[in-house]
Amino acid sequence: MSPRLLALTVAFFAALALLAVPLGRHLARTFEAPLRPWERRVLTLAGVDPDRPHTWRDYALAALAFTLVTHVTTYALLRLQGALPGHATGLRAVPAWLAFNTATSFATNTDWQSYAGESTAGDLAQTVALTSQNFFSAAVGLCVAIALLRGLSRRETDALGNFWLDLVRAHLFVLVPGSAVLAVFLASRGVVQTLDGPAVWRTLDGAVQSVPRGLVASQEAIKMLGTNGGGFYNANSAHPWENPDALTNLAEMLAIFALPAALCVTLGEYVKNRRHGAAVFAAMTLLALAGVCALGHFEHQGNPLLAALGVDVTAGNLEGKELRFGVDASSLFATVTTDASCGAVNAMHDSFMPLGGLVPMLNIQLGEVVFGGVGSGLYGALVYVVLAVFLAGLMVGRTPEYLGRKIDRRDVRLAALYVLVPAFTILVGAAVAVVTDAGRAGVLNTGAATVNAPWGAHPHGLSEVLYAYSSAAGNNGSAFAGLTAFSAARPVFYSLTLGVAMFVGRLPLMVLALALAGSMARKKQTPPGIGSLPVEGPLFVALLVGVIVVVGALTFFPALSLGPIVEHLQLTAAGGAR
Amino acid sequence: MSRPSKSRSLWDPAIVRPALVEAARKLSPRAMARNPVMFVVEVGCVLVTALFLRDLARGTATDVGFHVQLVVWLWFTVYFANFAEAMAEGRGRAQAASLRAMRTSATARRIRRAGDASPLPAGPMEGAGEVVNATALTRGDVVYVRADELVPADGEIVEGVASVDESAITGESAPVVREAGGDRSAVTGGTRVASDWLKIEIAQDPGAGFVDRMIALVEGSERQKTPNEVALTLLLASLTLVFLAATVTLEPFARYFGGTLGVDALVALLVCLIPTTIGGLLSAIGIAGMDRLVQHNVLATSGRAVEAAGDIDVLMLDKTGTITFGNRQAARFSPVAGVDGRRLAAVAALASLPDETPEGRSIVALARTMGIEPALPAGSTFVPFSARTRMSGVDAGDRVLRKGAGDAVLAHVRALGGPVPDDLAALVDEVASVGGTPLVVSEGRELLGVVFLKDTVKPGMRERFERLRAMGIRTVMITGDNPRTAKAIADEAGVDDHLAEATPEAKLAYIHRMQEGGRLVAMTGDGTNDAPALARADVGVAMNTGTQAAKEAGNMVDLDSDPTKLIEVVEIGKQLLMTRGALTTFSVANDVAKYFSILPAMFTGLAAFQTVRGDAHTSRFWALNVMGLTSPQSAILSAVIFNALVIVALIPLALRGVSYRPLGAGALLRRNLFVYGLGGVAAPFVAIKLLDLVVGALHLA
Repeated sequence: MSPRLLALTVAFFAALALLAVPLGRHLARTFEAPLRPWERRVLTLAGVDPDRPHTWRDYALAALAFTLVTHVTTYALLRLQGALPGHATGLRAVPAWLAFNTATSFATNTDWQSYAGESTAGDLAQTVALTSQNFFSAAVGLCVAIALLRGLSRRETDALGNFWLDLVRAHLFVLVPGSAVLAVFLASRGVVQTLDGPAVWRTLDGAVQSVPRGLVASQEAIKMLGTNGGGFYNANSAHPWENPDALTNLAEMLAIFALPAALCVTLGEYVKNRRHGAAVFAAMTLLALAGVCALGHFEHQGNPLLAALGVDVTAGNLEGKELRFGVDASSLFATVTTDASCGAVNAMHDSFMPLGGLVPMLNIQLGEVVFGGVGSGLYGALVYVVLAVFLAGLMVGRTPEYLGRKIDRRDVRLAALYVLVPAFTILVGAAVAVVTDAGRAGVLNTGAATVNAPWGAHPHGLSEVLYAYSSAAGNNGSAFAGLTAFSAARPVFYSLTLGVAMFVGRLPLMVLALALAGSMARKKQTPPGIGSLPVEGPLFVALLVGVIVVVGALTFFPALSLGPIVEHLQLTAAGGAR
Repeated sequence: MSRPSKSRSLWDPAIVRPALVEAARKLSPRAMARNPVMFVVEVGCVLVTALFLRDLARGTATDVGFHVQLVVWLWFTVYFANFAEAMAEGRGRAQAASLRAMRTSATARRIRRAGDASPLPAGPMEGAGEVVNATALTRGDVVYVRADELVPADGEIVEGVASVDESAITGESAPVVREAGGDRSAVTGGTRVASDWLKIEIAQDPGAGFVDRMIALVEGSERQKTPNEVALTLLLASLTLVFLAATVTLEPFARYFGGTLGVDALVALLVCLIPTTIGGLLSAIGIAGMDRLVQHNVLATSGRAVEAAGDIDVLMLDKTGTITFGNRQAARFSPVAGVDGRRLAAVAALASLPDETPEGRSIVALARTMGIEPALPAGSTFVPFSARTRMSGVDAGDRVLRKGAGDAVLAHVRALGGPVPDDLAALVDEVASVGGTPLVVSEGRELLGVVFLKDTVKPGMRERFERLRAMGIRTVMITGDNPRTAKAIADEAGVDDHLAEATPEAKLAYIHRMQEGGRLVAMTGDGTNDAPALARADVGVAMNTGTQAAKEAGNMVDLDSDPTKLIEVVEIGKQLLMTRGALTTFSVANDVAKYFSILPAMFTGLAAFQTVRGDAHTSRFWALNVMGLTSPQSAILSAVIFNALVIVALIPLALRGVSYRPLGAGALLRRNLFVYGLGGVAAPFVAIKLLDLVVGALHLA
């Protein structure tokens, strides 16, 4: 690790820890606060009985209904863009499959963009449809995580709180104030925030250039804080109007991890065991550090092919990177954005070295549990905790228990399904894509055509496809951008399959997490003793890290071998040969 | 613990030989379907075999030697797993055979059929009734058993007193007295009446006795998966599905590069990755756990109870006979002021003369050492001890002699209008404060003094409780003693808590309170008044010497009637879970080495990554051959051979269980993670490398 990256990383995690503790406690207070009179009035007005706590089924139905309604609304706004006011000139209805893919993408907190933001969506779509969806999807994730925390802290009850009340609070006391502060900060550093339409210049050679503008700072703030990642601009956080300088870059990275990290603290508050929250935080931090170290290392290596040509590669691999950020800030950003299911990028992941690119891909494939998305990161991580505790619990000779709750077959089934579903989606999705013409057509990086593979296969092409399905099922949204997922000639294949992957990676998992919450809440609680497995301290951290890595690595190592790993072997062999 | 043929050699040919045959029989898909992991392996075996035979028939088979070996070793994987299960069942069956020996196939003399309410004549009934086969007896039948005959089935004595030789079950050679009424009225089928005669009401239907149920459990025929086993099976099935996806999708990826990996390699990879080690040994571990329990002379009604034993948080032990020797001995007579010590001794001895309890006899013996020879006047009647009055004594003419618990005798005297001597309370307290039991003696309305009954804590109890504490289990002593006595004994024995003046209701309430707090409670008991608590407890171990009611209420019976046996039962339960967890971890950890062995090997065949077409060794992937294996074929074969042999290698561990030491959970986890986690990663690297050397040396691939 370079000294600069080390300094940046240490500063980043120190700031994160300082931010996470108060924010995490704020979350616990916010969601457990007694019902306020105005909240009662608002909910009653909306036809919700605030005194009726939801069972896990009620909670799941409400969350699903809300997600689907916002999904349909977003789709409609994108399709009707041409007929509605408030869009820049020349923007017409978003094509049907692209609109489906985009609406799904934003409803599932994925924010995969098969389009260039500034040239596809006008002000109305960007703000009303996409920005509000950024809030909605993050809030739903937060609510589900809070419901799971209630399941882990209550006993012998069915009540997991009221989804609608949680939803209101998630917006009013967390997401809206948080992103307002961040937006003001970003705007103060030069991120644009205007409804004045595009900026128009006459360039030096006399041409007229028009650069779209809009409510960027406000969208940028929730894009980070809500781990959404869908940029106003196609270049995302590499664009100077989204991410102008080192400070905004640091602030944006902190905003990505802020809520997922804070939720670890909230976990400690809810289960009245702060050291357990700290242990989960530590496990996530270790995994994130490992990613930064590996990514920084490989990117600093530079490309051996260029080195063989006599090019000075001491600055590392700079292809696809903003020179404002360089290798170090790009490596940290790429790790953070893929650990969390954000997907905002300030460098092109497709241009990373093969093993450098493997890091963000594996980060996603681990299940988006290294801090992960807002809410979804914590509930995913807690599923891994249940699996880890199950295995370890057997090894200490007791029926495995988590926080004094005995883990039975139902919990194991839910946890196993939670891990199975995205793994299947990623592997099967990628497998289908590479054996169909429609799937192969989107691949940018091809090799020499052979008799058996006339399309010209290249490991990097496989990586692009694998990354796309990982990103979709993991609700990340970043891409190996060489892949053309939507074109007028082939609008259906990727829009549909990636859209399905996003749905599958979001809604069923949410329901499984809530079912787990329901199961945990119903259980009796055994007070901890020396015979029960400790869920704090270095041993537990090592166990959790081990289970996450082993499950993720064992699942994806074979596929990754044919992608980034063999590409690396080819590259080093070729570089060495010259 | 003196029953013969306990420790059986692991590879006893008498068990191994039938197991070898049984393992082949278990290859039937219907038997395999119970075990999802091994079922997948068998499906893979069938697939690979069928394709190989097809190629042979068409004459398109290449590398015949390699493929034959691959097919054979894949089948061996399934076979070895079946062998492990058959071994465990065989050992269980051998165990069952010795259990079965105690069931008699002899005949019994039935003197009344079930449902017949006609009264039985009292006294011996030589030659009465009908002779029936013991297996034809049903619940409610009454049989007549005389000296040198076997008790035909479990039952309750309705009349008679006899000494019974229970060595067939307990291994204890000295006969014990069994009599109607009270807590010694139960007899077990297979025991022998040594003297006198008994009328026994049969308490079970044929084949439903404790022994029958246990036989079914150890033989595996009626074994149901325990909750933890079901959960683990689910986890293993899910892992299998994940690896199925990881393996099957490799073929499309390979096709993308214009190549194919072939069914053989994919099946080999799949079989090596899915958790076959634990999948193959899982049922053997469960059966072996039951088997170990029987070796400790404990019969359980279900595997579930054994597992629950591993989870116990609170252990409730009767003081008398468990923590202390139980035969409390009279050590001193302490008269109240104004009463002669010899008078106290004489009255106490007289009141105890018909009392056959050890305490009663010790009072008489102590009086004799003082030269007092008590003689019961004619016409006197014995008032036996009851849990309600809590005192006993003798009514000899107009003399009313009583001895018993302080408050009970006090109440008795007060009821007669007698005074309470001032110094009595001090005497009682003095005895109680040193852990003795004060027995207050009265004659008529006069209180005479206190007999000091000394209670001795068994040696080694403190260490056992410390061992339990280290396992995270709290011990609670239950006693009918007053709080002071209870506390003194509790302190001496080193228990965590005690329940004094315990009535059946108080015990039940205590268990209920513990369970409300989420704790799992185990208790031992023998009396009928223990039955509700035994039934309520999560693990109830009844003593074999106890009443039928107690035995039916509990979920285990200790044939040795050793209440501290619970400690071993808990350890067996823990060992069972630990063995499963350890082997699962080991199984999954093994995958790392298998990846590095098989993956590079199978990808070397892809032309897209070969620098020299058709030469596997020039594949870019061969750089991942970190173990330096001889050839791709040898790498695949070595991994498959390792995967099959490791099952056999771990059979002893599965049958014996991983060693358990009473450590805290953290220390246990650290140790097992190190041994089975890290060891599981490292061991196959070494083993596969060695196998590769052997395969290479023998030119097998």
